[in-house]
Amino acid sequence: MKQAGVFLKKNKSFAVFAALALAIVAVAVFAPWIAPYDPYEAVMTDAVQAPSAAHWFGTDKLGRDLFSRVIFGTRTSLAAALFLVAVISVFGTMAGVAAGYFGGMVDSVIMRISDMMIAFPGMVLAIAVAGIMGAGIVNGVIAIAIVSWTKYARLARSLVLKMKNRDFVAAARLTGSTTWHILWRYMLPNVIPTLIVTGATDIGTMILELAGLSFLGFGAQPPVPEWGLMLNEGRAYMQTAPWLMLFPGLAIVLVVVVFNLLGDSLRDMLDPRNE
Amino acid sequence: MSKKQLIRRLFQILIVLVGISFFTFCLTYLAPGDPVRSMYAATGTMPSEEVLEQTREELGLNEPMLVQYWNWLSDCLHGDFGTSYSQHKPVAELLLDRLFPTVRLALLSLALMLAVSLPAGVAAAVWKNKPVDYLIRGITFLGVSMPNFWVGLLLLYVVAMQLKLVPVLSIGTGFEKMILPAVTLAFAMSSRYIRQVRAAVLEELNQDYVTGARARGMKERVILWRHVFPNALFPLITLLGLSLGSLLGGTAVVEVIFSYPGLGNLAVSAITAMDYPLIQGYVLWVALIYMALNLAVDFCYNFADPRIREKRQVEG
Repeated sequence: MKQAGVFLKKNKSFAVFAALALAIVAVAVFAPWIAPYDPYEAVMTDAVQAPSAAHWFGTDKLGRDLFSRVIFGTRTSLAAALFLVAVISVFGTMAGVAAGYFGGMVDSVIMRISDMMIAFPGMVLAIAVAGIMGAGIVNGVIAIAIVSWTKYARLARSLVLKMKNRDFVAAARLTGSTTWHILWRYMLPNVIPTLIVTGATDIGTMILELAGLSFLGFGAQPPVPEWGLMLNEGRAYMQTAPWLMLFPGLAIVLVVVVFNLLGDSLRDMLDPRNE
Repeated sequence: MSKKQLIRRLFQILIVLVGISFFTFCLTYLAPGDPVRSMYAATGTMPSEEVLEQTREELGLNEPMLVQYWNWLSDCLHGDFGTSYSQHKPVAELLLDRLFPTVRLALLSLALMLAVSLPAGVAAAVWKNKPVDYLIRGITFLGVSMPNFWVGLLLLYVVAMQLKLVPVLSIGTGFEKMILPAVTLAFAMSSRYIRQVRAAVLEELNQDYVTGARARGMKERVILWRHVFPNALFPLITLLGLSLGSLLGGTAVVEVIFSYPGLGNLAVSAITAMDYPLIQGYVLWVALIYMALNLAVDFCYNFADPRIREKRQVEG
């Protein structure tokens, strides 16, 4: 405990942003207790009401409480973004480590696929994949994962290439370590810090991309409370009910700002050049 | 770039194009939806199973997968990229119709972006850690954290609905129709570019030749604009190439918000209608333009920087 206190004192900005990020996670986890109404409950007599004491953010076209929907939206967006980052970083890292360490055929195949993805604006392909597979939050996640893992593969590969001819790896090989052991105990631990930083800075980007997909109608489907989808639904009522497009957007910006700041402070902390 | 390298690059592009198109083809083949059903649903009729089957037969949808892919490839080589299911016109013609509006929007937003980010980036670098720098950095930070479709919606609400400076909906691709989408696109890009320009100028200001020029008593303004600025701009060419590439693919989200008749809008409606030939043609077009621009950027470097030219010659 004492060590943790010293660590947090030394890295103040990280401590602050980590606390804010944890607060957002808490909002997602405790959404049912925070939200005053059921986010799915439609009360047609209360449709499209302006913000008031009873409905802080107003109500949408079906009379659902916008504040509750924004709160529950944290669950959808955060869960999807975190899951997405976890999948692409794990899969991308494994592919990159394998490509870098084994070289040859494995390397060629993985890197050519990665070239293919890089020679292409990601969002376009993600829209195509999500649209063709059928709209839905899961397919949206898969679509973005397909176009985003290559960044991690490239990074892991370049780190492994730098390391693989170092003496300690040669020593490990000479003393009879298995390939699996070398990959697991020597390569992976050296790759992980950089990839964690990349992953942390990617959370914000992923939230934005998922919201964009949902906004176009290729991500979350009604009646799921998702910020991008809520903005799309609110778009038609822009003239009469501008709050419908104000609050979900603010929620996105707030969460993305916090996670971007967290990523930046993590980078400053872990980047060896700053010591 | 030697002839051999050029041929190798063109060959790589060809492979990527085939790979990308095959990937999208597999997706459409494995997709759960039925394009023939959605084609008829769009016209408001639902014919009998026999008619559906007959249409599938006509469109070649009953052929084995690789035969279908081969048919599509030969359509590409004929130059029309097949016929759209939903609009019954050659895909090439539909894409060409949307090309001009997209090019205009792309160029306008790039110009706007440069007009903002070059001065702002240089200012942030020159007054590093001064209030100006903090202000600019704060704004760019907010800029990268805002979804571009939300920026677009806010602009639409404030500029078109409240201030009534431009029409909310207008037909065609006139300048007033382009201004809001262009500003939206430029806003998102500017935040990234200001950071890049700032970092590049700062790096350049730390070079020895700047110290040397200062020691010789050269005016700070001359050093900045005559020496530092051009050198700092140089690495931006790559980024500009990438940005132009993705803009020319059409920016689906922004085009949909402003109902701008560009390629991105076309792609979204093609996907919604399960118009496979149109999706295929669109994806191929984007990949092609993206890689062609990358190649052009490399040429630019070759042309502008003799060091790269010589290095390449030594290596290969």
